[in-house]
Amino acid sequence: MQYLVSVIADEATHAGTPDERAAIDVFNEQMIADGNWVFAGGLAAPSAATVIDNRGAETVFTDGPFVESKEFLAGFWVMEAPDLDAALKLAAEGSKVCNRRVEVRPFL
Amino acid sequence: MSEVETAITQVHHEEWARVVASLARRFGDLDIAEEAAAEAFAIAVEKWPADGVPPNPGAWLTTTANRKAIDRIRRESKRDDKHKEAQMLSDDEPPESLGAIDDERLRLIFTCCHPALAMETRMALTLRMVGGLTVPEIARAFLVQETAMGQRITRAKAKIKAARIPYRVPSAEDLPTRVSGVLAVLFLVFNEGYLATGAETDPVRHELTAEAIRLTRLIRALMPNDGEVAGLLALMLLTEARSTARVSSTGELVTLVEQDRGAWDVTMIGEGHRLVRERLASGVAPGRYQILAAINAVHTSARAVGDTDWSQVVALYDQLVRLDSSAIVVLNRAIAVAELDGPEVALAAVDRLDDKLAGYHAYHATRADLLRRMGRSQESRAAYDKAIELAGNTAETAYLTRRRDQLGRA
Repeated sequence: MQYLVSVIADEATHAGTPDERAAIDVFNEQMIADGNWVFAGGLAAPSAATVIDNRGAETVFTDGPFVESKEFLAGFWVMEAPDLDAALKLAAEGSKVCNRRVEVRPFL
Repeated sequence: MSEVETAITQVHHEEWARVVASLARRFGDLDIAEEAAAEAFAIAVEKWPADGVPPNPGAWLTTTANRKAIDRIRRESKRDDKHKEAQMLSDDEPPESLGAIDDERLRLIFTCCHPALAMETRMALTLRMVGGLTVPEIARAFLVQETAMGQRITRAKAKIKAARIPYRVPSAEDLPTRVSGVLAVLFLVFNEGYLATGAETDPVRHELTAEAIRLTRLIRALMPNDGEVAGLLALMLLTEARSTARVSSTGELVTLVEQDRGAWDVTMIGEGHRLVRERLASGVAPGRYQILAAINAVHTSARAVGDTDWSQVVALYDQLVRLDSSAIVVLNRAIAVAELDGPEVALAAVDRLDDKLAGYHAYHATRADLLRRMGRSQESRAAYDKAIELAGNTAETAYLTRRRDQLGRA
């Protein structure tokens, strides 16, 4: 079972500190060693986003994120875990090392 | 009620959670488990009055429910995984031993009370899946529309499935926190019955307090060595024992001080006291529910309010404050302090809670009472007004209004 763990940030807390990045590296290495790690990545700020709509005759490019909000996705993990309890435990550790709230959602 | 109807009600109480739990284990799906169990009980209601109650009602219900579940899976199997179906249909494990069934009921409880579910969802799901209350009954208990409650329960079951909330008893390291979550759910159900909010409802909802006690008894039978489980059961029993004396014939709240102690339920008090003594004898440091139960044991030991051992009550509150220094605990401690050291000392402690409890009716009711005892009528009246404005329970509002109006005549 794979879970997406989204890292929730806001403008004020977006850029991680060097300490946070180091803690995340240690956490990731442990996840790799335990077989939980699938993929992870940090994302640039929503201001760097471009939205594309190619459903009509013309391709429309729009500057900025698809939804304006105070909170946004700053990064994510894809984790392999046997069930929600295991995923929640890993996500709780992830929240601590990256010093942000996280959201856990299963893949279909 | 006929003899058979009584028997069915009793079997429903005793066997519902077992039937649902064993189906949930076998089919791995709460939806199927619940619907098949409900169908089996419906068939029992139809057949038993004519055929008589079978010698082993639990086994009869489980077998019937299993058959219904398989029927449903067959009907739906066109879009389901054929292999899974084959596996379920060939499941011919020997009947579970009693211990295994008890484990299954625990698993069911821990699944319904999983921290990934919202608290109100946990309450509803526990009452449905473990308590066997119908959706309309639960909707009535929480004063919401039946369709809304049905959707809440359906969504919860869908989340359990989609998020893969495991169906198991938590590991030893997670157990204490998860048990406390289960107890919190049961205590909320109890309190919703005991201090029913809402201007239109009965002040005490016995269907909810009775259900909370029944489910806590079930947990106690499953986890007899957990001190907090025993403590919560004792606390509920000692509280429930006073419920008939707690509301007057005119629907007004009767405070502990004014209650007719002869109207208290001596059987429940006896059982509550036994549980408290059992916990004291264990020598293990008590948790929050055990201390609250002990406080209630002191109150219910006094034949008249004047005999209450207030120093012991305050000592127990001191112990509780060390575990939980929340403003509400401090407020309740101050009420006991007023009896021991007088209203002036208590009021000084209560007034310090203003920034935290200004929106809580009991804070203003306590202040009103203390100010009244100190002869500061005008301030007392203002505090009663505030308490009446904030109180949600009809019996409490009636009591506070009378107290305020007595001030007027004084």
